[in-house]
Amino acid sequence: MSEQQISREGQVRRALSALRRDPLALTGTLVLAVLVVVGVGGSWLAPSGINEVDVDVMLQPPSWAHPFGTDELGRDVLSRVMVAARVSLQVGLVSVGIALVVGVTLGLFAGYYRGWLDNVLMRCMDVLFAFPVLLLAVAIVAVLGPGLTTAMVAIGVVYTPIFARVTRAGVLSVREQVFVRAAVSVGASDLRIMRRHVLPNIAAPLIVQTSLSLAFAILSEAALSFLGLGVQPPDPAWGRMLFDGRGFVTEAWWLGFFPGAAIFVTVLAFNLVGDALRDVLDPRQLTVSEARRSTA
Amino acid sequence: MSERQRADHQLNAAVPADGAHAAVPKQRDPGEVVAELDDLAVWFPTPAGVVRAVDGVSLRVRRGETLGLVGESGSGKSTAGLALLRLVDPTSGTVRVAGEDVTRWSRRRLRALRRRVAMVFQDPQASLDPRLTIGASIAEPLIVHRLTDGGAARRRRVDELLDMVGLRGELADRHPHELSGGQRQRVGIARALAGEPDLIVLDEPIASLDLSVQAQIMNLLRRLQRDLGLTYLFIAHDLAAVEHMSDRMAVMYLGRIVETGTPAQIWRDPAHPYTAALLSAVPVADPQAERDRRRIILSGDIPSPVDPPGGCRFRTRCPQARPECAETDPVLAEVDPDHRAACLFAGEAVRAMRSR
Amino acid sequence: MKPVLAVEDLTVTIGTRRGPAHAVAGVDWAVRPGETLALVGESGSGKSMSVLAATGLAPRTARVTGRVHLHDTELTGLTEERRRRLRGRHIGFVFQDPMTSLNPVLTVGRQVTEAAEEHLALTRRAARSRAVELLDLVGIPSAGQRVDAYPHQFSGGMRQRVVIAMALACEPDLLIADEPTTALDVTTQAQIVELVADLQQRLGTAVVWITHDLGVVAGIADTVAVMYGGRILEQGPVDAVFGAPSHPYTGALLAARPDPAAGGGDLVTIAGAPPSPLDLPAGCAFWPRCPVRGDARCEHELPPLVPVSAGHQVRTFYPKPSDGERR
Repeated sequence: MSEQQISREGQVRRALSALRRDPLALTGTLVLAVLVVVGVGGSWLAPSGINEVDVDVMLQPPSWAHPFGTDELGRDVLSRVMVAARVSLQVGLVSVGIALVVGVTLGLFAGYYRGWLDNVLMRCMDVLFAFPVLLLAVAIVAVLGPGLTTAMVAIGVVYTPIFARVTRAGVLSVREQVFVRAAVSVGASDLRIMRRHVLPNIAAPLIVQTSLSLAFAILSEAALSFLGLGVQPPDPAWGRMLFDGRGFVTEAWWLGFFPGAAIFVTVLAFNLVGDALRDVLDPRQLTVSEARRSTA
Repeated sequence: MSERQRADHQLNAAVPADGAHAAVPKQRDPGEVVAELDDLAVWFPTPAGVVRAVDGVSLRVRRGETLGLVGESGSGKSTAGLALLRLVDPTSGTVRVAGEDVTRWSRRRLRALRRRVAMVFQDPQASLDPRLTIGASIAEPLIVHRLTDGGAARRRRVDELLDMVGLRGELADRHPHELSGGQRQRVGIARALAGEPDLIVLDEPIASLDLSVQAQIMNLLRRLQRDLGLTYLFIAHDLAAVEHMSDRMAVMYLGRIVETGTPAQIWRDPAHPYTAALLSAVPVADPQAERDRRRIILSGDIPSPVDPPGGCRFRTRCPQARPECAETDPVLAEVDPDHRAACLFAGEAVRAMRSR
Repeated sequence: MKPVLAVEDLTVTIGTRRGPAHAVAGVDWAVRPGETLALVGESGSGKSMSVLAATGLAPRTARVTGRVHLHDTELTGLTEERRRRLRGRHIGFVFQDPMTSLNPVLTVGRQVTEAAEEHLALTRRAARSRAVELLDLVGIPSAGQRVDAYPHQFSGGMRQRVVIAMALACEPDLLIADEPTTALDVTTQAQIVELVADLQQRLGTAVVWITHDLGVVAGIADTVAVMYGGRILEQGPVDAVFGAPSHPYTGALLAARPDPAAGGGDLVTIAGAPPSPLDLPAGCAFWPRCPVRGDARCEHELPPLVPVSAGHQVRTFYPKPSDGERR
């Protein structure tokens, strides 16, 4: 196991040093760091309570007192956007986590063993894939009742086939590589080959898919919350706030703008970091001195 | 030892030119059979039909020797090599390793087989996982077969293996792309040595290397064989290399062995018309000899292994084909002691071709 | 006779992520009508790049300097369009992999005369009969029917014949063959070598044959240039270079091949690996691996090409006296 730890530490160090050289990726990382801080400590950091109603300042445009303005009940939009970050991140991470674990496992076995297992698994994935996210969510709500958990499970289930397909496609090409045959020739077990040779070599498309899916999961959560299937009012969520603000587009643009901007910035940050990681995780792009440093 | 090393590095150290070495054929007691193919057939279903990659091949590899297997693309030589590790499933026939019939072994038992038979691949770049360090690649057989206790012992063994193939220990931390082609192939050889196998299948181990590096790898393989008593199946399309490396050799054409013998027998006295044509097609780095030689140019291409010709498989391209050749499928028959050819007119046909 | 194609002081520098790669570092060669020049070298020696750059086919990221004359026309100063025209009219190309040289969705007949239709202004009907003629010329049996077949219906050797027919369609003065037999089996290689020699004799075409195989060189070349590290280390008539190799590298290469006549001792090897074009030594590129090893001059100063006999030049401070034959 120690060899793996070494290589993992090396990868982390490599990722960090590459980030320092790439300003876009650095920006993305900083944005994500801010988001995490806000997501964890939002309720303490927020200038006012999320449900402090103040009828005197209903629908105020951005000002020094309320930088993002106030909504139709006089609540501080900035505070609500900050607290909502936690919900968005949580939904994104948990739902994509579910999709990643289940989808990669299924795709790995389907692509590695082919045959009937592949057929059965991938047809199931096709069926899942054919369901619109909202329809599936409604079905799941019928079982679990509305709420955050329902939203996360529904989004996770919907994204599973995507990960299964990306994984399977990668496995199909990697398993034909000579180095996989070489591993078979030294007597490595199927599980070892999948874990040690196949998975690391399909990490790049999976990482890109993960960052994209995180972004889309946050958007999906927004849609679900709007339909009342996700976060329940009065708890804030970006999607919920965005859709709530749609009725005030002409008189109070800030109601929709700031949650929308938060979604946009988050999605963009995930994509920037995903692209940078894909580059870093390819050892062929290392120079000799970097590799020496990273494995020293 | 020191003399050999000096020869390795000295340009002007002449290749033994007195001919004495070549005149005495290598004599060995027929030793214990390490691996054996008996009437092996490997057929692959494809959309175009069933490809008969190997179609009735028998061969034996004895301990401590190098058996050379030479043939062009489509001859089935690589498939025969893969069959010894059971990396392909035989359609019929038997694969025996160290006396045990492994033809029907389960996946689990095959993993143990693959410690006894190791393989070196043609393209050293493709055969190493780009994400693993050199050390991790070499250590894989050690981990899989639990041959070392703990990381420190494993690291020592990897260092030892690197040293055996002439690489510095610090390369263990590098990735394949940081090495030259020759260094990568040394890594491939070190990985094959790790499990102390009974037999190493070398599948075109020098074909994708630069000329100046090919000689290094061939010398290394021969030195390792001398020092460790290794047994090789050396598969290549390069006749001169197979001749140089082998104690005995077999020539394959379209899924069959058409001739076997010592390299000297095959080089001087080919008995099968295909071997003679192959020999005459090999270019020699001597302009005068090239101008003087009479080439036997074969017409056409190797037929499809989906639908091989009936009778003798070579008859469609053979300059000496006669009507009988379409009737009878010739078997390997002795033409000289230890020298066999699968031709109805063995010897005679080649003489006719050469005097034409 | 005046050369068909002559390059002088050609350099090719390619920008990469890790800095400039000196693929070709100053090369002169010329090929005359009816003559075969073999450029021989290992991977990264610059043998292919020197020819691609000379004919204007170097990658876009490459910077090419030097002079290239196709007959009397200086090519480097021309516009891309003008160069393309001259290339199409005078030079035919055959590359290593016959499969990727052919378009899988066009019949071979169409491909063989595609360039000729443009450069010689042939009609469709004339082009078709010309295609049959060319396929017949390169030894494709029943060319009249095969002209309508697709590349995947041909074997590797037959595909390479189609590519050669394509290269000959405009009746070029020069055929450039870049490792044309490397992907083929030896018996097929023998067929192709024979074919090109025969065509050359009949058509008087000049040939530049790029290869790593010294045996092929011995069989086809009139003159040979041995390349290493982006430069020519030795060049001259094939008999002189093979009979009396004067550069330590050439000698070592010739000795490194197993020789069935010599029996099975250890082979003579060259330690190490060829240099990276990203990091060429300042002096002689072969110095780090050289068995002669020379002195500080080899390390720091580039040896000039010096004549050792008529037309036979060698780039070393320590030419091996060309006394007698090898072995």
